[in-house]
Parts: sequence; C-alpha cells; structure tokens
Amino acid sequence: MDIFIKIIYAAISILVATLYGLILIGIVHKIYARVHRRIGPPVWQPILDIIQTHGRKVATSHGIMFFLGPVFRMAGGMGTYLFMPVIFGSVVFSNYSMAGDLLLVMYFIFFGQLGMALGAGEGGHPYSPLGIARGLSQMSTFELPFSLAVISIAIQYQTLNITTIVAAQQGGMLNWTLFTNPLAVIAAMISLLGMNMHSPFSLVLAPQEIPIGPPIEMNGSFLGILQTNRALFASAKLVLFMNLFFGGATNLPIMMLKTFSIYMFSVFIGAAFPRFRPEQSFRFFLRIPTLIGILSVIVIAYL
Amino acid sequence: MKEKDIKIIEKEMKLANEGLPEMERDLFADDRPSRIEPLNKYLEQFLNWARARSLWILAYGTGCGAIELRPLMTARFDAFRYGIAGRPTPRQANVFIIGGYASLKTIKRIVRSYEQMQGPKYVIALGSCTINGGMYYDSYNTINRIDYYIPVDIYVTGCMPRPESLIAGFNGLKKKIQAGQCDGMNKYADNFDWYKANQKQIIKDWNMPDYNW
Repeated sequence: MDIFIKIIYAAISILVATLYGLILIGIVHKIYARVHRRIGPPVWQPILDIIQTHGRKVATSHGIMFFLGPVFRMAGGMGTYLFMPVIFGSVVFSNYSMAGDLLLVMYFIFFGQLGMALGAGEGGHPYSPLGIARGLSQMSTFELPFSLAVISIAIQYQTLNITTIVAAQQGGMLNWTLFTNPLAVIAAMISLLGMNMHSPFSLVLAPQEIPIGPPIEMNGSFLGILQTNRALFASAKLVLFMNLFFGGATNLPIMMLKTFSIYMFSVFIGAAFPRFRPEQSFRFFLRIPTLIGILSVIVIAYL
Repeated sequence: MKEKDIKIIEKEMKLANEGLPEMERDLFADDRPSRIEPLNKYLEQFLNWARARSLWILAYGTGCGAIELRPLMTARFDAFRYGIAGRPTPRQANVFIIGGYASLKTIKRIVRSYEQMQGPKYVIALGSCTINGGMYYDSYNTINRIDYYIPVDIYVTGCMPRPESLIAGFNGLKKKIQAGQCDGMNKYADNFDWYKANQKQIIKDWNMPDYNW
C-alpha cells in the first residue's frame, strides 16, 4: 500500500514541477520581451501552446523511433526529477530520493538527449542530425566541469546521496556549498549556462541557423510532450543545483525562490549576450570552467 | 451504386503520384487527405479557445507582404503579446500567411508547405493580389486568386496592408477559430480533387507527390 501512496505523491510532485516550469518559461519570455522593449506574451502562454499542440487533429510519425524519441526525452526529464528530494524533509516532495544517488541523476540528464537523438534522426530532416551533433558535443563539454564539481562535492561530503548532501548544508547560509566550496559552484554554474541552453550556448535550437534543430519534424502531440518535458526538465535541473550548491529547500516558497534565482542567472546572461558558434562554445567549456573544476577538486582533496 | 459504397471506394483509392519517376513512387505516401471530425463538442470548444490564443505562423515569406511580418514581431507592434509567434517549420506552424502575390514558382512551394502543416491549419491571405491579382492581375507569371489553390480563412486587403491591418486580420481569425468556423483542413480534404486539378493546371513541372504529408 505504501508504494501506491508514494506513486500518488510522485505524481503530485511531477505536476507541480511541470506547472512551475511552464510558468517559469512564461516569465522568461516576458523578461526577454522587456529587454527587447516589447510587452511580451502572458506568463501562461506556454500552457496554451501545449494545449494547442496536443489539440492538433493530425500527427505525422516517421517510424517507431520517431515515436519513442519524445517518450525517451520525457523519461529522461522524469528520471532526473524523480530521484532527488525536491523539498528536504517533506513527505510529498521527497520523491524516490532514497532509491538513487547523484550519479543516477547525472545519467538521466544525458539519457533524454540520447533518446531524442535516435528519435529525431528518423525524422529524416538534415537539420535534425545537425542539431543533435551540436547538442551532444556541447553536452559532453559542459558535463566535464559539472562532473568535476560533482567529484569535488563528493570528496567534500564523502557521499553521493543527494539527501545527505542537502542535510549537510542545513543550519545557516554559511553551510551552503556556495560558501564551503565556491570553486565547485563556479564551475557548475558555468556549466548550468550550457545546460539551460540560453543565448550564448543556444546552439541546439538556434532558430535562425538550423531552424530549431532536433525537433524540426516533431509535430502535434510529439512536440507537446517535448514542451512539457522542457518545463519539467528545467525545474529538475534547477532543483538539482539548489540541492547540491544552495542548501536545498525546506518548504515550497523557498524552493521556488531559490530555483527562480538560479534560473535568472542564465536568463540574464542569455538576454545580454549573442550566440556562440559551436566551436567557440566547446572551447569555452573545455578551458576556464574545466580548469576551475580541476582546481576545486585539488583544493578540496589536498588543502 | 449507393453513396456509402462510393465513399468507401474513394477512400481506398490511392493517389497515382504520376509526377514522380516510377522508381521513386514507392518512397512517397499515396494516401488522400481525409475529413476528421472533432471527438467531442465541448472538448472542441475548449481546444478552439486555446488554438485562438496560440497562433504559430509559418516563417515563409511568399511575396513582398512578408516584409510586414518583421515589424509585426518586433518592438513596435509586438504580436507575441497576442500569442502569435513564428515557427520555422511547417510541421509545427498552424497559420500560413500568403504575403502578397504568388508567382507560379512560389505556388508550388505554397502547396507543399500547406500540405505539410498539421491541421487544424489556417490561411491568412495578405494584400489585394491574393484576392483578385491586384496590380499583377494581367501578369503571365502570377496567380490571381489564391483560394482556387488552397482554402483561405481571412483576407486582409490593401497594397501593402500595414501591420495594424494584419493584427486586425489576426483578431478576425481568432474570432472565427473560437466560433469553430475555421475548417480549412476538412474543406481541402473534401474538395481535394478540385484543388489538385486547379493546382496541376498552372504548375507545369509537377515533380512532387500528389499529396505531401
């Protein structure tokens, strides 16, 4: 019986995270609009878009993998979200955090991309593999500083369990990883810029270069699933960063405040800078953030 | 023969794809478009409400009218505040703006793009030349009436209409969508043979499948 209650709680948690992610994307549209001196769409516009895409009467599929691509992507987003505690100490929002650890979550971040790569490739449009090549290359490069940051905090807290990491940061702001291991946080936050794929690193969707890349052939409900996942995945990544570096959250408003602030970091940078070319982006991640990551591991291990 | 039987036979009838070389015909689809009825009246009303608030324009400028789309999206007119956004691929767009005159070369691409769009899809004909040819009424190289070739939902007259009139056109389209009167997709499926005959009459180098989806 216990497992059923757990499943219901997980469903509630996913619903809240998805809605929160959608509103977050709406707020980002609004912020970008204000930067352009426009009024911008209402914040609930992403929700209307999802209803509209699911409401299409026709959906063209190109084969089984095309069908499964968005499903894998959604599984990646859900997996990332489900194996970490969203709110520390809460029963409803603890998800299945005890079942997994940091490495599993990191695997799920990559998993969705790989599934999408298989699915979008079957669409047959030349821009899909181009976007996937860019996406996977960029992902490999920004995972490097992120992995180094994770190694660093694993040495620091002597564990890979996210709940334990959050527990270790309780009891005041100065216990956050941000202050106890600043180098790891800097490396990870720079890799977050790549993960969120806002402007300097928006190589994958790049509407003016490779018209929206991998999902170019996705239509109707396929696109609806991808959009839902984008919201869920965005909140999952933010929650992960909040848990690892910013002390986690003990209630819902604190969680929303912290994740919103973390997201705004990449949004403001995105609104201010133009897009990198692929090779510029890859080189950027492999240089300074990676060096900072290595430094953080050395500092935490030997000093 | 009963009317029901005729319908079944018509449904089973496959497209010939005669424009394609014989060895390539197997690679393309040969199904005809079919009429799709809404599942449920109230669900359809709700979906129409959402559809009217989320219009995705296909980013394909078919004529000089496409120049009006830039100020429409930028700071001065900002159509995104009404939920009108550009979409780079016909698979995802649901509004097709025919921006002014359509030359014989363009009409081929218009047909292909329109057929690739996933319904329900709406067409806005922008400028006088889409209605009666406008200043190109006697040109050898442009078509006069766009609604002989694809079903049109809203006309915006003028040469050139300003972005304000285009926004007014969008508002008209929204009202029609919400009232459930925009059924271009089914209209195209019902009168498919008529539209195809018109298209083939003017597109001489027909080297594509009969229905691109």
